[in-house]
Amino acid sequence: MKITVNGKQRILEKAIAIDELLIVEQAEMPEYVTVQVNDELIDHENFTTTLIKDGDTVEFLYFMGGGQQ
Amino acid sequence: MNLTNEQMERYSRHIILSEVGGKGQKKLLSSKVLIIGTGGLGAPAAVFLGAAGVGTIGLVDFDAVELSNLQRQIIHQTKDVGKPKVQSGKETLQEMNPDVKVVTYQELVNSSNIMDIIKDQDYDFIIDGTDNFPAKFLINDACVMLQKPFSHAGIIRFKGQTMTYLPGEGPCYRCIFNSPPPADAVPTCKQAGVLGVMGGIIGTIQATEALKYILGVGKLLNGYLLTYDALTMEFRKIKLPRNKTCGICGEQPTIKELIDYDQPVCELRR
Repeated sequence: MKITVNGKQRILEKAIAIDELLIVEQAEMPEYVTVQVNDELIDHENFTTTLIKDGDTVEFLYFMGGGQQ
Repeated sequence: MNLTNEQMERYSRHIILSEVGGKGQKKLLSSKVLIIGTGGLGAPAAVFLGAAGVGTIGLVDFDAVELSNLQRQIIHQTKDVGKPKVQSGKETLQEMNPDVKVVTYQELVNSSNIMDIIKDQDYDFIIDGTDNFPAKFLINDACVMLQKPFSHAGIIRFKGQTMTYLPGEGPCYRCIFNSPPPADAVPTCKQAGVLGVMGGIIGTIQATEALKYILGVGKLLNGYLLTYDALTMEFRKIKLPRNKTCGICGEQPTIKELIDYDQPVCELRR
C-alpha cells in the first residue's frame, strides 16, 4: 500500500498503527509529535489504535523552539 | 498625515507597488508591531519592519547581547556585547530609520506582564521570536484572549517553521501543539545549534506576514504551517485543521487564565 508521510511517498506492506509508523519513520521524540492524518489531528492516546491505510496522507508536526537565545 | 519628500524617496520602492502605494505606506507608518524576543528570529524581523517604516516597534527581551548571538542576531553588533538587547535593538533601528518609534520592554514575558505589554501601545500584530515553549504558549494564549493576530515561528539546526494566527480564522498554536513539552525533551538552539541564516529566512517571513496584515494584501499563513529545510531547500505548506477541543480557542475553552509553565533557570539565564 502507498501512503504519503510529510509529502514523501512510502510503500508499506500492510496497514500499521501511528505509533509503529513513528518508529518506522524514525521520528524524533515521537511522544511529542503532533500527528495529522488526512487533515485530522489524532489524539496521542489513539496512536496505538489508529491504523494508517492505503492512500492516507500523514503529517508529523514537530515542536520547534529556537530564535531568541 | 502626508508623506514628506524624504519619506516619498525613502519608501519609493514600496510606493510604486500598486498593493502598497502612498496609502499603504501611511498605514505602515501608523502601524504598531510588537516583537517578543530580539534574537535569531526577532532581530531580522525588527530590521526589516524598521526599514519598511512600521511606525511603532515594541521590543521585548530580558537578555544582554552575548558574543555567541552575533552569528545570527543581525540587529546587534560587536560593540553591543554586554548591552541589553532591547537597547542595542533600539539604537540600530533608530540609526536606520528615524521614522520609527521604538518602545522597549526589558522583561521576560509572563502571565502577569504580557497582557499589559500588548495593550501598552495597542499593538496591531505580534511576532513571537522567543526560544522557549512556555513563552510560545503564553504568547499564543494572550493573543487569543486579546484577539490579536500573531506570527509563531521556531528554528533549529537547518530547519524552521512558522504559522500565523488570525482571531476567529484558522487554528491557533495550541490547537496543533496542545501543551509545552517537558523541559529538555526538545533540544534548544543552544544545545543543538542553528545555521545563522535560519532566523533570517523565517524571521523575515514573520515580518512579511506582519506587513501583509497591516496592508491588507495577499493571503496569510493562517491555517497553515510553513516548514523549511535548508539542507534540501524544501518549503512545505501544510494545511492545518482547527481543533474544536482546543483549550484556548475551541468551542468550550478550559483555559481562562494565562499559565506560567516551568522553565529551568539555566535556560533563562544564558
